[in-house]
This record gives sequence, C-alpha cells and structure tokens, in this order.
Amino acid sequence: MSALAAAPAILEAKGLSVRFGGLFALNALDLTVRRGEVLGLIGPNGSGKTTFFNVTSGIYPAAAGTIVLDGRDITREPAHALAGLGLARTFQRSRLCLPLSVFDNIALGAQERLPQGVIDNLLRRRTLTRTVAALAEEARDLARLFNPDLAQRLDEPAVALGMIDRRRVEICRALIGRPKILLLDEPSAGMTHDETNQLIDEILDVQRSRGDLTVIIVEHEMGLIERITDRCVVLNYGRKICEGHFREVAADPTVREAYLGHS
Amino acid sequence: MLMRHRSTQDEVPRDALPMAAGVRARRTSDFAVFAAVVAACAGAVAFLVHAEDQRLVLSTLVACGIAWFAAARFRVIAAVERGAAGHPWPTRLVLVAACLGILVVLREDNFGLLMLATVLIYATVCLGLTIQLGYAGLSNFCAAAFLGCGGYTAAALGQAEGIAIPDLAGILLGGAVAVAIGSLLVLPLLRTRGHYAALTTLAFGVMFNVFLDANEMLGGPQGLKLAPITLFGWDFSNDLSLFGMTFSFYANYVLLCLALTAAALALVGLLDRSWIGIRLDAVRLDEVAAQVFGLRIARWKILAFTLGNVLAGMAGAIYAKMTGFIAPNNFTLGDSLMMVSIVILGGIGNRWGVLPAALIVVLLPEKLQFIQEYRLLLFAVLVILVLVLSPSGLLPRRTRTLVAGRQA
Ligand SMILES: Nc1ncnc2c1ncn2[C@@H]1O[C@H](COP(=O)(O)OP(=O)(O)OP(=O)(O)O)[C@@H](O)[C@H]1O
Ligand SMILES: [Mg+2]
Repeated sequence: MSALAAAPAILEAKGLSVRFGGLFALNALDLTVRRGEVLGLIGPNGSGKTTFFNVTSGIYPAAAGTIVLDGRDITREPAHALAGLGLARTFQRSRLCLPLSVFDNIALGAQERLPQGVIDNLLRRRTLTRTVAALAEEARDLARLFNPDLAQRLDEPAVALGMIDRRRVEICRALIGRPKILLLDEPSAGMTHDETNQLIDEILDVQRSRGDLTVIIVEHEMGLIERITDRCVVLNYGRKICEGHFREVAADPTVREAYLGHS
Repeated sequence: MLMRHRSTQDEVPRDALPMAAGVRARRTSDFAVFAAVVAACAGAVAFLVHAEDQRLVLSTLVACGIAWFAAARFRVIAAVERGAAGHPWPTRLVLVAACLGILVVLREDNFGLLMLATVLIYATVCLGLTIQLGYAGLSNFCAAAFLGCGGYTAAALGQAEGIAIPDLAGILLGGAVAVAIGSLLVLPLLRTRGHYAALTTLAFGVMFNVFLDANEMLGGPQGLKLAPITLFGWDFSNDLSLFGMTFSFYANYVLLCLALTAAALALVGLLDRSWIGIRLDAVRLDEVAAQVFGLRIARWKILAFTLGNVLAGMAGAIYAKMTGFIAPNNFTLGDSLMMVSIVILGGIGNRWGVLPAALIVVLLPEKLQFIQEYRLLLFAVLVILVLVLSPSGLLPRRTRTLVAGRQA
C-alpha cells in the first residue's frame, strides 16, 4: 500500500465532465490511479462508471476537464490512438466479434505489432506467416493463463464459447497489446458466482505476473471488490463521493446511503 | 489461399505430430472429391450454357439444385473445401483445366461464350462487393454505376480523336475513374450506417443514371459505340486458332475476363487471409471495439471501398468493349440489386460463392426466355428459396483459421 501511494500516477482525470443533453453523466471528476494499482470503481446503476471508461477510451468526448495518461494529455485523442498509448479495456456487454475465430479476436488487440500497409499484408506472405505464428504462440500462452482448454480452441469461432470463456478472450485481447492500464467493466456480468470468483482469481494472477499493470475494475460484487482492490472510488450521479480502502469506503455513511445500504 | 474450413474438435497442433498416414489419405481422397466435383460442375456449366431447349435447361437446373443441396447435406462441399485447401497448386491446375475444358466445348458457340464472359464480369464486380459488403460491411447499392464508370471511360477514350490510348491502359483507367467517382461517396459512406448508407448509394446510382441520360457528350439515352479490344497487337475480333481448333472471337474476351476474375479471386483471398481481412471483419462486426483496439475505421472503409470499385471499373471497361455498345440502361438500379443478390445468394463473404450465383443470375433470364419479363421476380423467388433452405447462401463463409494454417 505505502509503496503504491508513492508510485507515479499513470492515469489522472481532473475536473472531468461528460454531458448528455442536460444530464451530467460525469461531473467534475478528479481521479488518480497509480502505477501497479488495482482500483475499484463502484457506485449505483447510472452513476457514470461506464461513462468514465468510455470517455477515457475516447468513445465519448469530454465536456470539460482533462485526462492524462502516463504524462500525456489524451483528452482529445481519438479512440484508435489510445491503444498505442497503452490503454486497453473490456466492455460491460461482451463485445467480441462472434463469427471470427478466438485467435482473430485476440490478435485484434495487437494492432501496434501488425503490418498496416497493403503491400506488406498482401504480398509479404512469409512475414505474415511469421507474425501469425508469433502471435498464436502469445495468444496461446495468454489463454493458458486462464484456461488450458481455451488455448486449444484458438481456431474455433468465438460464438462457440461459453460466457466465461468469452470474457477470458476479451481480457486476452486487451492484454496482448501489453497495455499499461487495463479497464475492466463488470467482468462478472452474465456469469455465475463461482465462475466470477474463478475469473477474478485469474485476473489477479495475471496482474501479479505483470508487476506494473494497472487495473481499474468496475464491479457490483462487493466481495470481489474487497478481495482484489487496493483502493476504491465511489461514484454517485457522476460525482466522486468517497475514496479510499474498501473498508473505509464501506464504512462511510454517504456511501452506505447512496449505494451499499440497499445492495 | 483457398477455402477456409471448419476446424474440428479432434485437431492436434500441426507441429506437434508428424502427419498421420490416415490424415494424409483423407486429404488425398478429399482432393479426388474436389477434382470430381469441379469436373461435374464444368460439365453442367458447359451443358447449361449450350442447351437451347428450355425444358431441358429447367430440368438440368432443378437437378443441379438437388445435387447441390445433397452435396451440402452429406458434407461433400466440406470435403471439396478441405481438398482444395490442402493442395493449393493442384487445385489451381484443376480449375484452369476445367475452364479450358468449358472453353473447348463451347468454342463455336458465340452466344454461349458471350454469356460466359458476362458471368465472369458480374462475378468480378461481385468480388469487389464481397470486399465492400462482405468484409467491411459497406452498403453498396450502386455497383452497376461503378461498372458504368469503367464502361463509359473506355467508350470516351474511343471517342477521343487523335489520342490513342492502349486498351490495357484504358481498362486500368476504367478502374481509376470508378475510384475517382466513388470518392464522391466516401464522405457520406463514412458518416452514415445501415439503412442510411444503403439509401445514399441507392440515390447515387439513380443520379448516375440520370446524369448519363442527360449528357449529350456521353451519347445520352442512345449510348456510345466501342471498338473491340486490341491487346499487345492482338485484335480481339479475330477468331482464335489453338491446338488445331478454331475458337470464336468471343473466346478472347472469355480468356481476358477469366484472367481478371482470377486476379480478383486472388486479391480477395489474399486480403481475407491477412491482417487487413481481420480488420475489415472487425470494422463490420463492431466498430466501437475495433476503434478501441486501435483501428482507424475510416482508413479501412476507404480501402475496402476503393478496392471494390477498382474491380468494378475494370470489369466495366472490358464489358463495354466486349458488347461494343453501352447505354445508360445497361447500368440501372436493377443491375445493382442483381449484383447484391449474387453476393447474398453465393454466401456473403465467401469469394467462391459468387461464381455459381453469378452463373445462375445471369444465365437464367437468358435461357428461360419465357420468364424474361419476370426476371426480378425470379431472382427474388430464387434468393428467398436458397436463403430459406440454406440461410447463409450457397457456399456459407467459413471461420478463418489462421493458426492451423491452410492445411489440416
Ligand atoms: N450514450 C448515452 N446517451 C445518453 N445518456 C447516456 C449515454 N450513456 C450513458 N448515459 C447516461 O449516463 C448516466 C451514466 O451511465 P453509465 O452507463 O456510465 O452508468 P454506470 O455507472 O455504468 O451504470 P451501470 O452500473 O448500470 O452499468 C446514466 O444516466 C445513463 O443513462
Ligand atoms: Mg456500466
């Protein structure tokens, strides 16, 4: 904990606001995440958690405020530039390309390392075969961290996988780009309690094996949040209402009133 | 580079074990099945193109349909795909032999050869549509307009007095003009999606037609005449003498169209099994996720649109030269819809599917004269029938399996 408190900030939002018409989905949010930290982002439905992920990953524009990623202002960066700057995420509703193979889905996360040019892609077939082999190796290793069985199924269409494996593939897709920071939006959505616990353990293993990977996780399962986060930020109506270790946050009367009381 | 195949559960990593003898035997027998099916298809094509009796044509078609669904049902098609995928070079050889076989059989049948070339023209345009619609998910309901761009480019070049541009350059220029005119549509295509994008292209196709009708320099509704192609000094209006046989001059065009279609097939295949293919699929399936993982959506959409239009434009230039005459009503909305229906009928995103689909859609109205007026009705019924029986088309697209590679 103390070591983390001293670590440099990897992601810093200042006065960040997002508007939808008259609604402030995020309202002057200040949020700092330190390198290597696991931060829990919690709050009732509609409090702006997903909106924070969407504005950070460039899907929504910010109405005010700034976001700095690893010392670089990314507030106005287009979404496609952010992967290259070390940001990766998953989605609340699983967003895999279902008809594509597991491998294709995972490889999509490695854009920075894939040839972009038409000539490179169409005519340098040998290089292409080599990149496929290298990435397949990497994808297999990643998948194996989660589920050895999944590592054998890289050529199957993603639609053939169960929910938990789809979530795993989504996380593999995010990790293969070697991000500095990983945003997980309700990784447990649509899974059973046991599956959720299993997945979270796996995520934690991965995080530990990559010492400086920073994770922000949105979850409604408080047991999980307590178990894996170093620190929590609580949102309500787009505002930060509390921040600190889960035990402190859970004891806070405002938080109990807004969120935990009735969950 | 050939067909994708379904991965099977019992697959072992390719490098883990030497290929089992049984597996090799299965691949060889798959290839034999492939060769037999190609031979049968070539026979059916030659017969259908040549036959005159409408009842004979109709019963052959029905027989082909039954054979097709039986083949799908009993996994013959899967075996054909495996056989082709396992032996890329022999596969190409068999395909070339089949094409030459058809050509030899039909060598004196002017009308048959013309139809064959037309099928190939349509197939090429539809391969472009496969890139646009099948891969990148771009609606294009004005493919006939891009075909027209190529055609009118070739015609305009022929009209120009004093400048002689070689026909090969004219064909390439046809592709370039289609891209240039298509670039007018890029902005609307990037800004609209789904039905709105479809409507944009539809409107563009209609505009193109109205423009041609009104433009006196391009012949107005009467259209323009074109001289036959001369390629490397060879005048395409001459009959061909090869291997002691005489081929009608249309064989020249069939061969040229074959070359273009083969190039388009190769392009689409290379594209599909490349990182660009995966990117285009991602753009079609989920723009948001694609963007978040670093894809510049606009770039890939423009690339897909451009490649598709090049193919349509080049095909258009050859088509115009071949028929010797073009008019606005060669490039109508109905033709554009016909092209989209070929792609859907063949199996969206499966490049081999456009061949049988183009054959059916082009051949049927010509062969069955009594339904001439009901052309579009027939397409509709046929498309519905095929899609009811096989919802993803005649040759459904397979999952791309890059890890196992072509083999397995
Ligand atoms: N694209 C959008 N257009 C309009 N309003 C939106 C949009 N996205 C989010 N909102 C609104 O912004 C507010 C915050 O939504 P957000 O999805 O961020 O909540 P959340 O904290 O993720 O909730 P949940 O726990 O249900 O996922 C909600 O009131 C929501 O209706
Ligand atoms: Mg949410």
